[in-house]
Amino acid sequence: MSEEKTDLLDVQIDGVWHKFPKGTRMIEACKQAGVEVPHYCYHPKLTSPGNCRMCLVEMGMPPRPAPGAEPAEPDEDGHLPISWMPRPVIACANTIGPNMGIKTTGPLTEGCREGVMELLLANHPLDCPICDQAGECSLQEFSVEHGKGESRFREQKVKKPKNVEVGPRIRLDDERCIMCSRCVRFTDEIADDPVLGFTDRGSHTVLTVYPGRELANNYSMNTVDICPVGALTSNDFRFQMRVWFMKETNTIDVNCATGANTTVFTRQGKIYRITPRQNNDVNSDWMPDSHRLNFHWIESEARLTEPLVLDGDHHRPATWSEALTKSADKLSALKGSEIAVIASARMTNEELLITNRLVKHLDAGHVDTVPRIEENDGYLIAADRNPNTNGVKLILGLDDPGSQLDAIREGIEQGRIKGLIVLQENLVGDAGFSGELLGKLDFLLTTYPLANPTADLADVVLPGACWAEKSGTMINVTGRLQRLNKVVDGPGATLEPWEIVRDLIQATGGGNGIYAATDLFKQLAEQVSEFSGISWEQIGDLGLPLIETGETIPLIEREKERIASGLVVG
Amino acid sequence: MSRVIYKEGREPHPREHRVVFKNVDREGWDPSMDMYLSEGGYDQLKKALTLKPGEVTDEVKKAGLRGRGGAGFPAGVKWGFIPPTNEKPVYLICNADESEPGTFKDRYIIHQDPHQLIEGMAISCFAVGAHLAYIYIREEFPEGAQILEKAIEEAHKKGFLGKDIQGSGFDLEIYVHRGAGAYICGEETGLIESLEGKRPYPRIKPPYFPAAMGLYLCPTIVNNVETLCHVKHIMEIGSEKWSQTGKPNNTGTRILCVSGDVKKPGYYEVQVGHVTMGELINDICGGLKDGRELKAVIPGGSSAKVLRADEKFTIGRGDDAKEISIWDIPMDFDSLAACGSMAGSGGVIVIDDSRSISWVLNNINNFYAHESCGQCTPCREGSLWMKKITDRVVAGKASPADIDTLDSVARNIDGRTICAFGEASSWPTESFVEKFRDELVADTNPELEGVVVNAETFTAAANL
Amino acid sequence: MTDKKPKNSASSHASFLLTTFYSKKMSFEVPSDLEKEIDERITHYPVSKRSAVLPVLHALQHHFGFLSEDAVEWTAAKLELEPIKVLEVVTFYPGFRQEAPGKYHIRVCRTLSCAMAGSYELMESICEKTGIDRSGVTHHNPIAVSPDGKFSIEFAECLASCGSGPVCLVEDDFHEAVSDVDSLLSQYP
Repeated sequence: MSEEKTDLLDVQIDGVWHKFPKGTRMIEACKQAGVEVPHYCYHPKLTSPGNCRMCLVEMGMPPRPAPGAEPAEPDEDGHLPISWMPRPVIACANTIGPNMGIKTTGPLTEGCREGVMELLLANHPLDCPICDQAGECSLQEFSVEHGKGESRFREQKVKKPKNVEVGPRIRLDDERCIMCSRCVRFTDEIADDPVLGFTDRGSHTVLTVYPGRELANNYSMNTVDICPVGALTSNDFRFQMRVWFMKETNTIDVNCATGANTTVFTRQGKIYRITPRQNNDVNSDWMPDSHRLNFHWIESEARLTEPLVLDGDHHRPATWSEALTKSADKLSALKGSEIAVIASARMTNEELLITNRLVKHLDAGHVDTVPRIEENDGYLIAADRNPNTNGVKLILGLDDPGSQLDAIREGIEQGRIKGLIVLQENLVGDAGFSGELLGKLDFLLTTYPLANPTADLADVVLPGACWAEKSGTMINVTGRLQRLNKVVDGPGATLEPWEIVRDLIQATGGGNGIYAATDLFKQLAEQVSEFSGISWEQIGDLGLPLIETGETIPLIEREKERIASGLVVG
Repeated sequence: MSRVIYKEGREPHPREHRVVFKNVDREGWDPSMDMYLSEGGYDQLKKALTLKPGEVTDEVKKAGLRGRGGAGFPAGVKWGFIPPTNEKPVYLICNADESEPGTFKDRYIIHQDPHQLIEGMAISCFAVGAHLAYIYIREEFPEGAQILEKAIEEAHKKGFLGKDIQGSGFDLEIYVHRGAGAYICGEETGLIESLEGKRPYPRIKPPYFPAAMGLYLCPTIVNNVETLCHVKHIMEIGSEKWSQTGKPNNTGTRILCVSGDVKKPGYYEVQVGHVTMGELINDICGGLKDGRELKAVIPGGSSAKVLRADEKFTIGRGDDAKEISIWDIPMDFDSLAACGSMAGSGGVIVIDDSRSISWVLNNINNFYAHESCGQCTPCREGSLWMKKITDRVVAGKASPADIDTLDSVARNIDGRTICAFGEASSWPTESFVEKFRDELVADTNPELEGVVVNAETFTAAANL
Repeated sequence: MTDKKPKNSASSHASFLLTTFYSKKMSFEVPSDLEKEIDERITHYPVSKRSAVLPVLHALQHHFGFLSEDAVEWTAAKLELEPIKVLEVVTFYPGFRQEAPGKYHIRVCRTLSCAMAGSYELMESICEKTGIDRSGVTHHNPIAVSPDGKFSIEFAECLASCGSGPVCLVEDDFHEAVSDVDSLLSQYP
């Protein structure tokens, strides 16, 4: 306890004393005390250049006694008086000191903010009505809170390049840029792709991508997220929707085993954009462009919106009950050993749990999932492009997912396997099953969000919801249990995969009592030891460590080193 | 030592006390090693090498040598900021980026007496434990850079630089590094960034105090040319005798550079505080031009706050306090600070009654707008704004309220920037508005009050 | 930064521009003695090659008269830097030019003491006698060239000879208290 005590410093913020660990930046101390210090250039994941000057605050320390004078007496709480400095200091890069005082109100701090705001706006264009950043612009926000409310600038504004294509996904308006350098620092320090820089100088300074080069790396769109103004905007999102009309849902990315935490922005059931959400154990504040943009297919023409049954040589729409009845009839005619189930490591733990029940209920002879192993990108993209392989291992009990696929192929080839249930996978497209092979089956059922070559061959095609249309949990590459939250409703008669599996079990004579994914989670906690004692609520928005996998996320490891060296706050 | 004779018409004024400038304009003198050695050159380096580094630092501390670059910070104290536990290499950089308008002393030292600087640097490097040093010289001194490189080569040949200098075991390399025309490189952390090959954006302090985290994040001492030359003379005559020149806390001599409206502008090395502004202007510089009266003086380079000719100043404290006129200001660090300005880099710009104050201020504002590095908001946006306002004042397109805006823009810069450029760029405006508001307002047009200025640009003083 | 030459651009003119780029690139050759001088300069910075950016650029500008995009890329390759890091430096400093100046480049001090001593008048006079038109000068393009290409001129900030204004630099030659423009220009045939 005493050791801990010596590492805590007394700091007075706006008249109230607090204790913070030594080394805490002033701005973070204020934040912890519930006081927001406005800022533009400061970002806890990047180095602090202190260039915007928006976080200037009044600061004081205990007075230094004059030579020969007695040092000041502490008050009854042990605090020394504070001698306030005439000059403001930046709160972002400076760390707290013992007995420090910080004033985020009062004439000095307020005067600084008003002054900096006026200067930032002096050469800033007044195109807020057509600016994509409107509604989430720090310049707008702090202007309302700290600005003058009038413009004294009567000069011609500095002219700079507008609508510059800096990369395939990003556009730059240099007149809006406030030279905070966040994007430059991100490309230098995080993305290792230093193509951005400042050219010229003074008020004429211009953010530039090197002529002939592009800001094209797979993390480029993070610069749009951290740009505090409308200088860098996303081509994909540009002019699509005003931000204040959109609903935000916290969920996770399913494009790889990292499970980057995300916020999905929607309006009236349509997804407009996905941005990374801070989770220092998973994705820090970032995510790959390829993952964040992988949502437009959700509105694809190829979406399956109703159950289909094979009628002669073509599929026709059917009701859920017809499709399920047909499936049950076909499956009942087969022995368990003649049935294989291929599920997906893109399914949630809850879906896998009920799939496991289906497997047991049918006494299916084979079960497996489709592996997706590629290269780790050295940043956030895991080699495993499935989001829930760890769930598969834990819940379906598959030690080596994908290792049964050959046996299943062989079984079909030899006629031992006559019925195949494919859940949320496209075997022809993604698992090397030939149409010829699948043609040998007596019965093929698939669930999938999109029409696909496997579905083309299926006797029953069921529209399964995609990641954005369902809830559940997944276990990421490091063993972290995270929540996938439903963002929008699936189109038409789409059902969540767990509902489909539940209904299949029921149709084939199995019982159930499950009405929500959360009920399944309760059963998980009861049935799978690793989940015991964990509640749905407990997982929260940031997830929690569930199992040890020995795997790490390279970007997160590097960030830990940067934090340890004091370069960044983290 | 032979009697020093100066070139005709270039003789020092009798009030001068030449130490650093002893060989400037000297008859028969040239910048060669032979010439330098003929008058005891490098003897002080040899002497220093027999001492302990700390003893040299102590001498400089005892001498009370204050930096001649602008801030007037005691050099020995600066050296003492190198952390005692330091295990990293230490670097020394000579700041020869002489760029403060009104200052022109380093040029002459470099051109005419380069070995004095190199010897001073070598002694200083020994004191602080630096084995690699750079002379950061402004690009606009191309000849100076060549002269210094030649002098370094000569010093190498004579064993005053390189490995095991004079058998002492002390190694030192000095290289000349040319800038490329940026005032901000005179700011020591901007200079360091420039020397690292980056845009010269000054660093935030804390944590980047050069003496602890300077060049390549190692302890680095940055000293002005004149300051480093003085180190040689302190070794030569001893700190005690050296500190008897000048005034207490304002010791030694310094070179005052006088320009503007005087009959004999030029450089004058005087004991700090031993001449007054009046003596400098009237005696040493031959007075104002005929028929002219003094309007103002910028006493320490263009960023120093202007002094108005008819102002009254109070110097001294308590019982010693007295009210004086501009003519009686002693030219030293403390007195000029007490008068609300600064001795700065020693550049004294004299302005007579033929000058328009608006024009003078606009010229200065043009300089700072052009030289702002643009890293931090207040200076980047404010310096250009101030220029644009004074462009309009000079062009007769400003209203009286613009003068208030001008002043408030300056105050929104002052004290709020990463480096001292914020003060450098705002003090001229603050002081000119404070002291010459009537004259500035007289150049405005009340009818333009509240009128939105059209988009045309006013290039009253110069195109930037 | 006019005359941008896309290298991996998908522009429809790409093939045409790439041809011109490569033909230009061929013409950018650093003579071996210059490269030797540059290599020696780089040794002055044993801790970090990046420190040699200014000396390398100075050497190239001295030889070529200005710093082309090729010069920037050559420097970047030489010092193992991203080209943007070199371009950032080139565009910061007024001492570096990205356009070809005249045969003799003149820099007239604009700052206070020289202005008081008549540097604006000196600028005007030089322009008149050399036929230079400065009306198109901007912040981004501060240099004006005479019609015959012999002289180019720009204002420079304080050249640090305030006591002997007006002063100017012609190439690397320093001239102080310039009053006779004819005799100044006659030194440059």
